[in-house]
Amino acid sequence: MSSISGIESPPSNPPGTAAQLSVALPVLAVLLASAVFAAFVALYGQNPFTVFGLIVQGGFGSSFAWQDTLSRAAPLILVGLAVAIPAQAGLVIIGGEGALVLGGLAGAVVTLPFAGAHALPMQVIMLVAGALAGGLWFGLASLLRQYRGVNETISSLLLSYIGIAIFHHLTEGLLRDPASLDKPSTHPIDPSYMLPVLPGVGVHAGLAVSLALAIIAHVVLRYTRWGFALRVVGGSARVARMVGLAVNRWVIGATFVAGGMAGVAGAIEVAAVQGTANSSLIVGYGYSGILVAFLARHQPLAIVAVALLIGGMQASASLLQRRLELPDATMLVFQGLIFVCVLVADAIAQQLRENTRR
Amino acid sequence: MTLKPFDRRSFLQMLAAAGSAPFVLDIGAAHAETPLTVGILYSGSKQDYGFNQSHAQAAAALKKQPGIKVIEEERVPETIAAQRSMEGMIRQDGAQLILATSFGYFKPHVLEMAAKYPDVTFAHTGGVWTAGMPENIGTFYAYIFEAQYISGIVAGHMTKSKKLGLVAAKPTPNLLRSINAFAIGARSVDPAIQVQVIFTGDWVLPVREAEATNTLVDQGADVIAAQVDSPKVVIETAEKRGVMSCGYHSSQAEVAPNGYLTGAEWNWITPYLVYAGSVRGGKKPEHYLRAGISDHFVKNSPFGKLVTPEARAAADKARADLIGGTLVVYSGPLKDNKGNVVIPAGVMQSSNDRALDGINYLVEGIIGQV
Amino acid sequence: MDVTSIGWLTLPLAILGGAIRVSTPFIFVSIGELITEKSGRINLGLEGTLMLGAMAGYGVSYLSGSPWLGVLAAGLAGTAFGLVHGLLCSVKRVNDTAIGISLIVLGTGLAFFFGKPLIEPKAPALPSISLGFWSSVPQVRAASDVNALFFVGILLAFAVYVFLNRTGWGLMLRTVGDSEDAARALGFPVLRVRILATMAGGFLAGIGGSFLSLSYPGSWSEGLSSGQGIMAVALVIFARWRSINALGASLLFGGAGALGPALQGVGVTGYYYLFNAAPYILTLAIMVASTSRAAPFADAPGELKLHR
Repeated sequence: MSSISGIESPPSNPPGTAAQLSVALPVLAVLLASAVFAAFVALYGQNPFTVFGLIVQGGFGSSFAWQDTLSRAAPLILVGLAVAIPAQAGLVIIGGEGALVLGGLAGAVVTLPFAGAHALPMQVIMLVAGALAGGLWFGLASLLRQYRGVNETISSLLLSYIGIAIFHHLTEGLLRDPASLDKPSTHPIDPSYMLPVLPGVGVHAGLAVSLALAIIAHVVLRYTRWGFALRVVGGSARVARMVGLAVNRWVIGATFVAGGMAGVAGAIEVAAVQGTANSSLIVGYGYSGILVAFLARHQPLAIVAVALLIGGMQASASLLQRRLELPDATMLVFQGLIFVCVLVADAIAQQLRENTRR
Repeated sequence: MTLKPFDRRSFLQMLAAAGSAPFVLDIGAAHAETPLTVGILYSGSKQDYGFNQSHAQAAAALKKQPGIKVIEEERVPETIAAQRSMEGMIRQDGAQLILATSFGYFKPHVLEMAAKYPDVTFAHTGGVWTAGMPENIGTFYAYIFEAQYISGIVAGHMTKSKKLGLVAAKPTPNLLRSINAFAIGARSVDPAIQVQVIFTGDWVLPVREAEATNTLVDQGADVIAAQVDSPKVVIETAEKRGVMSCGYHSSQAEVAPNGYLTGAEWNWITPYLVYAGSVRGGKKPEHYLRAGISDHFVKNSPFGKLVTPEARAAADKARADLIGGTLVVYSGPLKDNKGNVVIPAGVMQSSNDRALDGINYLVEGIIGQV
Repeated sequence: MDVTSIGWLTLPLAILGGAIRVSTPFIFVSIGELITEKSGRINLGLEGTLMLGAMAGYGVSYLSGSPWLGVLAAGLAGTAFGLVHGLLCSVKRVNDTAIGISLIVLGTGLAFFFGKPLIEPKAPALPSISLGFWSSVPQVRAASDVNALFFVGILLAFAVYVFLNRTGWGLMLRTVGDSEDAARALGFPVLRVRILATMAGGFLAGIGGSFLSLSYPGSWSEGLSSGQGIMAVALVIFARWRSINALGASLLFGGAGALGPALQGVGVTGYYYLFNAAPYILTLAIMVASTSRAAPFADAPGELKLHR
C-alpha cells in the first residue's frame, strides 16, 4: 500500500478526454485559487485585476522579472531535492535547514587558509565541503534510524535545530571575524573565489549547479538501476532484503546525498551571495524545501517547476508591496490557496489517468 | 584616515533652519513636479512594536513631506532577495534613494547594489562606510546608548534591590554599547548596583524573552530593560511580575501602565530627511552620519508615574549635560567585568569616538558574558 | 546572597515554572495531532493552525473583552482549518502531508494579514490560578501561578487516553486508523471519522495557539511561534502515539526550554546557544537511549503514511 508517486509510471499518452482534463485541471485549480484570492483582495479594497497584473509583471513579465524569479528559485531547487531523494527510499526528512547552514559554514571556512589560489578549484572545494557537511548531518539521522530505530522525521528536525545552534555558537564565537561588527560572521572568503554571474542570464552560477543536480537526480532516479533499487527499498525493506539489496547502505547513502544537496545550497549561498557565513543563511529555505518537494511529488524536474513558481510569487510579492502597499502576508495567502487547489486538482487528474489505464 | 568627518555644524544649522520636529525641509517645494522616490526595506514586519516600526513611523512622516514618494517592502530577508528588491525599487519604480534599515543588508547587498547603480543613493542603518566603498553610500545610526544611559540613571534611582535585569538579543557592538551605557548610568547613582544581562540569541523570540524576564526577576532584579527587536513581551512580563521596566525602540508605556519608567527611542525621520536633502541637492551622501540626543536622533519616553522627583531631576540634568557636551558616557577610568581597564583614567571617548564602533566588552557591574 | 535573590535555587524553580509555562501549547497541539493521526491521517499543518488560533484568540479577546471567548474563537478557527484539511484529504490520492504544509502557508498568511492591527493593542489575558499561596518566597509564588489551560491540558491527556482505550468511539477511531479495510468491514464511516478527528485536532491546536497569545508570553506578534506547531507534531512520534506520553514529552520539552535563560540567570553565561538547544538535544538523547532496533514506526497507526 505504500506507494511513492515516483514509481508510478509516467503519464504516457493517456487518451482523449482524460489527457485534456489532466492539463485542464491544474489550470482550473489556479483559476479557482485566483478567484478566491480576487475576492480576498477586493474585500481589502484593491482591484483584483490590478493585483493580478502586478503578479504576472513582477514574476514573469520581463527579463528583469525572470532574473528575479530565477534568483529566488535557485536555492529552493536544492532544498527540494534534499527532501525528495530520501522520500524515494520511504524516508521523510524535514531537517534541511540544519544541513544547509552547516554546509554554508563548511563552505565559508574551508578556503580561508588558501588565499590567492586559482578560483575554480577553490569553488569546487567550497561546494564539496558544503556537500560533505550537509551529507554527514543528514546521514546522522538515517544512521540513527537504521541502527537505533529512531524515527528519522523527528530526529532530522531535532538535528536541524541542534545544527543551527552549533552554527550560531561557532559563527558568533570561535569562527567569528572580529571585524564583523553588528552582523557576526566568519572571515570573508577571498572575493575572487565568489561564484560568477552567468553571462546573459544575470543570475549567479549557483543556479546552473542547482539545475544540473536536478537533472542528474532525475536521470539517476528514473533511468538507472540505483533509482530502481532505491524505490524497491522505499516500497518494502523486506522485499528489498529478499532480492539481496543492502537496505542500510541504500537508505544511508540516499540520505547522505540528500543532505549533500542541502549542504551545497548553503555553500552556494555563501559562495555566490553572502561571501561569509552568518545568520542571513537561516531564512527558512530548509522548510521551504519540504513544501517544494511535496508539491512536486518528489520528482526532480517538477521540483524545478515548483521552485520557479514559488520564486516568481516571491518576486511578485515584492512588487505588490511596493505598488499597492499590500502587506507581505497577502502573497502567503495566495500561495496557500494555489498550493491547496493544485494539490487537489493534481490528485483528481492522477485518478482520472489511472481509471483510463484500467 | 581619508574619512571626511561629519560636518556637524552645517548639519546643526540645517536642523535649526528646519525648526523642531516635524521637520519641514525645503526639499520639495522647488521640485514638486518630479517627486523624489524613496524605497525603504525592512527586515521584519512594519508593525512589530519595535525596531522596524520605529523606521515605519519615520517612513510615514517622510511620506507627508511634499515632493516625496515612498515605496516600502517589509520582511525582506538578508539574502539575494534584498538585492532584488532594491533593484526592483530602482528599475521598476524609479527610486533615487534606498533606505536599507537592517544591519544585515550592508554587506554584501548594499555594497553590491551601490556599485551597480552609482546614480542612486543608498543609506543604511548601522553600517560603517570605509574608504574604498562606493561613494553613493551613506551609513547612519543614532546614539541610542545616550538615551539608554538616561534610562539607566532613572533605573538606578528607582531600584530597591540594587539589581537590574536586561534582556538582550545578541552581544553585537551596538547592543553592547547600550547595555554598558545603561549600567554606567545606573552605577553613577550607586556603584553597588549590578546589572544582569541575558542574551536570548536572536532578535525575535517571544517565549524565550518571557522566560529570561522571569529568570531575571527571580534573581532579584526589580527593574527590567529590553534590547530585543520587539520589547513588548519583556515589558508585559515585567509588569505581570510586578516589577519596573525600561523600554527600547519606541514607548511601551501603554503595556505597563504601572511599572514603566522610561525608555530609549529612535527618531529616524531626522537622518531620513538628511539623505533626502542630499539627493535633492545633488550632493554626495553623508558617509558616516551619527548623532544622538542633542541632534534629535534619539529621545527618552516620558517618565512613568512611579519615577520620583529626584530621579527625574537627575535624568533631566544628565540630558542637559549630554547635550551641552559636559558629560561623556564612556569616560575613564572604566573597567570591564573581567577587571581589565578598557578606558584609562583621564580618557574620554565621546559619543562620536570611532573606538566605540567595535566595542566588545561588558563594563564592571554587569553579570554576563560577551 | 541578598534576601530577594534565591541564587542557584532558581534553576530547578525555573525548570519547573518553565515546564508549566512553556509546555501548554505543546500539550494541546500534540494531543490534537495524536487524535488526528490515530485516525490514520497526518496533519502537518498545525503550525499554521496554531498561528491562526493565536491571532483569532487575541483578536476576539481584544474586541469582546473576554479571553475565554478568544480561546473559543481560536478553537473554532482551528476546527475550520481541520475541516478543510479533512475534506480535501478525503479526495482520493490527495497527499495529506502536502496539504498540511500548504495549510501552514495559508494559515500563517491569514494570521499575519488579519493580525496587523492586533500587534499593538493589549487584549485581556487569561487569568492564572495562584497555587503558591503557601509560600512567602515571591519566586515560588510566581512559578506557581498556573494558567487554567495547563490543567485542562493535563485532564485532556487522561481523557483522550480513556476515550481511545475505553470507549466505543475510541475503538472506532483506532480501527479506522489501523486498518481501513477492517473499519469498512465493521461498517464504520471511515471518511466521517477521519474528518472529525482532523477537526478535533485543529480545535486543540487553535487553543494551543491562543495560549501563546493570551497567556504566555501573552501577546500577538508575527514572531510568536518559534516552530511550536511543527515540533508538537514531531513530539507525537516521540510519544509513540500515546496521549500520556505526549503530555510527558511536552512537559519535558517546556522544562528544558527554560534551562537556557535560567542558566544565564545563575551566572553560567557562556555557551548559551547550546544551552538554548537543550530541549532538542535532550529529546534526541532520550530517543536514542530508549529505542532499539525495532522499526521506527512500530507503534504507528497502520494507515498512517508519512511519506508518499
